Amino acid sequence: MTRPAPIVTDDNASFWEAARGGKLVAQGCRECGRLRHPPRPMCPECHSIQQETVELAGTGTVYSYAILHHPRNPAFTYPVIAVLVDLDEGVRIVSNLVGVEPADVRIGAPVHVTFETTADDMAVPVFEPDGPPA
Amino acid sequence: MSASLGGSTAIVGIGQTEFSKAAGRSETQLASEAIVAALADAGLTTDDVDGFVSYTIDPVSETELVRALGTPEVRWSSRVPYGGGGSQGVLLHAAAAVAGGAARVVVAYRAIKARSGARFGRAQVSSRATSSHEGSTAGQWCSPFGVLTPASWMALNATRYMHTYGVTSADFGRAVVQLRDYASTNPNAHFYGSPITLDDHQASRWIAEPAIRLFDCCQETDGAVALVITAADRAPDTPTPVIIAAAATAGLFEEEIASNHYRPNLEVMDGSVALAAQLFGAGISRADVDVAMIYDAFSPILLMQLEALGFCGFGEAKDFVADGNLAPAGLLPCNTNGGLIGEGYIHGLNLTVEAVRQLRGTAVNQLDAPHTALVSASRTGVILQRPS
Repeated sequence: MTRPAPIVTDDNASFWEAARGGKLVAQGCRECGRLRHPPRPMCPECHSIQQETVELAGTGTVYSYAILHHPRNPAFTYPVIAVLVDLDEGVRIVSNLVGVEPADVRIGAPVHVTFETTADDMAVPVFEPDGPPA
Repeated sequence: MSASLGGSTAIVGIGQTEFSKAAGRSETQLASEAIVAALADAGLTTDDVDGFVSYTIDPVSETELVRALGTPEVRWSSRVPYGGGGSQGVLLHAAAAVAGGAARVVVAYRAIKARSGARFGRAQVSSRATSSHEGSTAGQWCSPFGVLTPASWMALNATRYMHTYGVTSADFGRAVVQLRDYASTNPNAHFYGSPITLDDHQASRWIAEPAIRLFDCCQETDGAVALVITAADRAPDTPTPVIIAAAATAGLFEEEIASNHYRPNLEVMDGSVALAAQLFGAGISRADVDVAMIYDAFSPILLMQLEALGFCGFGEAKDFVADGNLAPAGLLPCNTNGGLIGEGYIHGLNLTVEAVRQLRGTAVNQLDAPHTALVSASRTGVILQRPS
């Protein structure tokens, strides 16, 4: 029942290194300041390859969701609540919502980040609702 | 496709194997059988073929295919990425190769063992950082969260669509009932003789709530289809040509394949908006379309494409469907073979074959002499026409 470890590559290492340390980050362009997620090797705005790792507040709102029932993988607990979170800094992330009943998931709900461990002593950012369930 | 290419090429042959859940033979054999059938249909032989095109995900190597078919000399070959969303791109590649002189007779094929072989619907965690066939990194940002299947990827978009426009599961169900109705009279369909009611749809189990139930999903299928493309001025020598009036691909910034989660407004399939702008930009209008084949891996994307392609307004597809417009007597008879949900899933290319049959007048659910057919696979598409 352990989550699979994320796959670390040259392009995404900064994100997963930060997650392991309990931080949610995005890539920022050192030239034009544009934030981007998922990471990529070049700024699509100005083509700079100079980048920095920007720590995010970890707050945002649920843009969309899906309660996943089937098929099942033994590494996860079902139903899995998959969410798209629009983070306050303007980037979107695929993640999970935890600490909430599936019936209480709402688009637009404010959420904040927390972390769950995975195999290989890594971690992934997941989200929980800000207040008590509506 | 540039306007100068429009109409300069034709589909002159179609072929396929049976569709099943267990083909009991290799994809290379399935492809070879479909190709030989398509060439016979065109009145051509393997000696006439000098080009091949398929999907990047197709397991059949051109080398193995040539060995099986005995093709004397291949001068051009190509592969199209994006899985089924790229399916109609094989027609754009083939048309461009023929119109540009790189090949004279191109075979487009797709062979798949999606049920007895590698199943799309299995919840597997990939050990790869990129898609196994086309290099996309989208999956690595989904897998650690249990978002493992095409249904789970697309449900995230579909839930947003439902939220924005007040669409319900029953709205998707009405489209599925129509598809199953078409399939019920198609002997080649998985769901031949098996129509459903809306209640049946609503009773089918959740796959990805609130967007996708079991009956909203396409069929994992074994089989192969093939199409033969050549120059329009050679086509009159073949028995039943169909003109490729337009072919287009639209891949937008930040758009992904099925896992398209980073465009700003996911309630709109804006790749299909861009696709329609190309297809309908050169003298053919939406009103000219007599029959449509719209990629229905999952029912929500059928409704979303109806809107994005411009056949109804945004948020209006649920009413367009409820009014019976996908039926034979509707404004846009759609997926008359039962679609990928009702007939089977040869990754979208069986929809193209059905479009050709409709224009030839040989479909099992034949409409009254359609002249123009649209095939949309969301980001790739073609407009086919009966020669006038």
